[in-house]
Amino acid sequence: MNSGWSRFNISSIVLGFAFLYLPIVLLIIFSFNESKLVTVWGGFSTKWYGSLFNNQGLMDAAWVTARVGVISATVATVLGTMAALTLTRYTRFRGRILFSGMVFAPLVMPEVVTGLSLLLLFVAIGLDRGFLTVTLAHITFSMCFVAVVVQSRLVSFDRSLEEAAMDLGAPPVKTFFQITLPVIAPAIVSGWMLAFTLSLDDLVIASFASGPGATTLPMKIYSQVRLGVTPEINAACTLMIGVVAVGVIAASLINKRREIQRQRDEQAAQRA
Amino acid sequence: MKSLGSIRREFAPWNDPSATPYIVFENVTKRFGDFTAVNNLSLSIYEKEFFALLGASGCGKSTLLRMLAGFDEPTSGRILLDGQDMRGIPPYRRPVNMMFQSYALFPHMTVEANIGFGLKQEGMPRAQIEQRVAEMLKLVKLEQFSKRKPHQLSGGQRQRVALARSVAKRPKVLLLDEPLGALDKKLREETQFELMDLQQSLGLTFVVVTHDQEEAMTMADRIAILDKGEVMQVATPAEVYEAPISRFVAGFVGNVNMFEGTVAARDDDSVRITGASGAEIVVGNAGEAAAGNAVAFAIRPEKIRVSSRRPEGAANAMEGEVYDLAYLGDMTIYHVRLDDGQVVKASALNSSRAVEEALSWNDRAWISFPPDAGVVLTR
Ligand SMILES: Nc1ncnc2c1ncn2[C@@H]1O[C@H](COP(=O)(O)OP(=O)(O)O)[C@@H](O)[C@H]1O
Ligand SMILES: [Mg+2]
Repeated sequence: MNSGWSRFNISSIVLGFAFLYLPIVLLIIFSFNESKLVTVWGGFSTKWYGSLFNNQGLMDAAWVTARVGVISATVATVLGTMAALTLTRYTRFRGRILFSGMVFAPLVMPEVVTGLSLLLLFVAIGLDRGFLTVTLAHITFSMCFVAVVVQSRLVSFDRSLEEAAMDLGAPPVKTFFQITLPVIAPAIVSGWMLAFTLSLDDLVIASFASGPGATTLPMKIYSQVRLGVTPEINAACTLMIGVVAVGVIAASLINKRREIQRQRDEQAAQRA
Repeated sequence: MKSLGSIRREFAPWNDPSATPYIVFENVTKRFGDFTAVNNLSLSIYEKEFFALLGASGCGKSTLLRMLAGFDEPTSGRILLDGQDMRGIPPYRRPVNMMFQSYALFPHMTVEANIGFGLKQEGMPRAQIEQRVAEMLKLVKLEQFSKRKPHQLSGGQRQRVALARSVAKRPKVLLLDEPLGALDKKLREETQFELMDLQQSLGLTFVVVTHDQEEAMTMADRIAILDKGEVMQVATPAEVYEAPISRFVAGFVGNVNMFEGTVAARDDDSVRITGASGAEIVVGNAGEAAAGNAVAFAIRPEKIRVSSRRPEGAANAMEGEVYDLAYLGDMTIYHVRLDDGQVVKASALNSSRAVEEALSWNDRAWISFPPDAGVVLTR
């Protein structure tokens, strides 16, 4: 296959990768910089990682982000799954179009608009801005992503599985927990991971919805960068990249192995 | 109508006026929006019967089963099971189980767990469940596959798991929606007999949906032939084949030749039918046909004799020309074009090695049949 490696193809791949990853690679490299000057290489060192863990402000922000991420992703997954079920199952209720429009609008809504409207709401109902409001805001905007992921799985879900369970004596609630939920679980897990990632890297909405004592990591980093980029920030970002990369790679490896195993099983069954 | 009886065994509660049917559809109509899938349908099915619903795709067979299982409610009419009105009773409280067209095996459970699912819902003790599951696995010969997941099984094995799962609870009635539809021809034929054995040995009532007439003929005690949500005829396989009550049924099951005409005269049971071209047919068993009725005379290919000369003393004989012929080894199929233009299909069993009368393409030929070889259809 020499057509696969023409000069054009190679250069577009190199350019594409450079475009995507050069900034990240630079960031990672400079997180190991000895010098305090971010753009001048002063030798290899891991000292910024050490000082990162001693930076109370950053560590607090990381802790807030982790908690907001876990809580908001979990609640958004429950709500998003329920919305997806409603949208695929009860196709004839009044106001369905409106409901689905409302569920999916945040996907295309500019974050500034979402953030501002949430802020106005919190002020109007007199809710003090802080941990609770950021979490609520994250639930609001990540729920629709979960709904999309779960809904696309539900569309191909074979309803006769549920009918078979009921036919065998399982009432609807038992059917849901014993059949529906386990079968769509992979989609729900991906939905959760997506929601968690979205919460992890959100800056705009958090800036509107957060208040004193609930500074998230992206907010903290952004505010520090305005005072000048320190290698410490590079180290923090490198760790975030590491966490996300490990998660993504692990998920895709698990998926791939499962897929290969499944194909093998199916072939074996066909031969038998 | 004279009953031809079941060819399989002595079992005919439908002829016994004192027998009460086990399942009754009473004027059942089902509409989806303004589309009528089942139209004012009435049917009775008896205990331990092997009952087949036969019809083309889309005629409402699955809808009937689904109403019996409780997934759909009739728009109007009643369904009785063992004398009890089923309206409002959810699927999980009905003493029927269904084997789904798609099998609907639970993908995240092992074969064992699939088969035991219904028993677990019943709250049966674990030891008993294990015992019953083992029994079922043995019945469908899948003992060594108990720990596999459905995707690790071949199509035929999945079909068996689905079957085992649906009979594990020993339901009074087993509903089977095209149970053999996904199997290849050879496996289908084997499995047909296994289903019949299973039904006999467990003593269950089977209601099976199929669009394959041979399958229905092979397995069922009685067949209901459906068309566009209505019952065309309910009868034993032999009756459906030998005594269809309408043009539709005659044409739907097996091959048939139809002669359209008018009843010229009737005396006692026999009638003379005059075709459009003036040809006359004498029929012994005329049913309800009266003089002047527009009728069809239906006769199966194997009941027509083909010969090169006019047979002596035949009640009905017509002349034509061999238009096509197919030698199949065990039999030969002739297409004879009569002089009035109608093409008649006839099949002859090759019971001796030498072909008796070597008829060939374009030869002049006679077809003949006795007066009681076919039926007169008024509908
Ligand atoms: N839930 C439904 N909504 C609308 N139409 C339906 C529904 N279920 C079945 N139908 C229609 O009813 C007719 C009969 O369907 P079905 O009973 O599945 O036929 P089959 O005899 O092939 O099993 C079909 O034309 C089908 O399109
Ligand atoms: Mg069907």
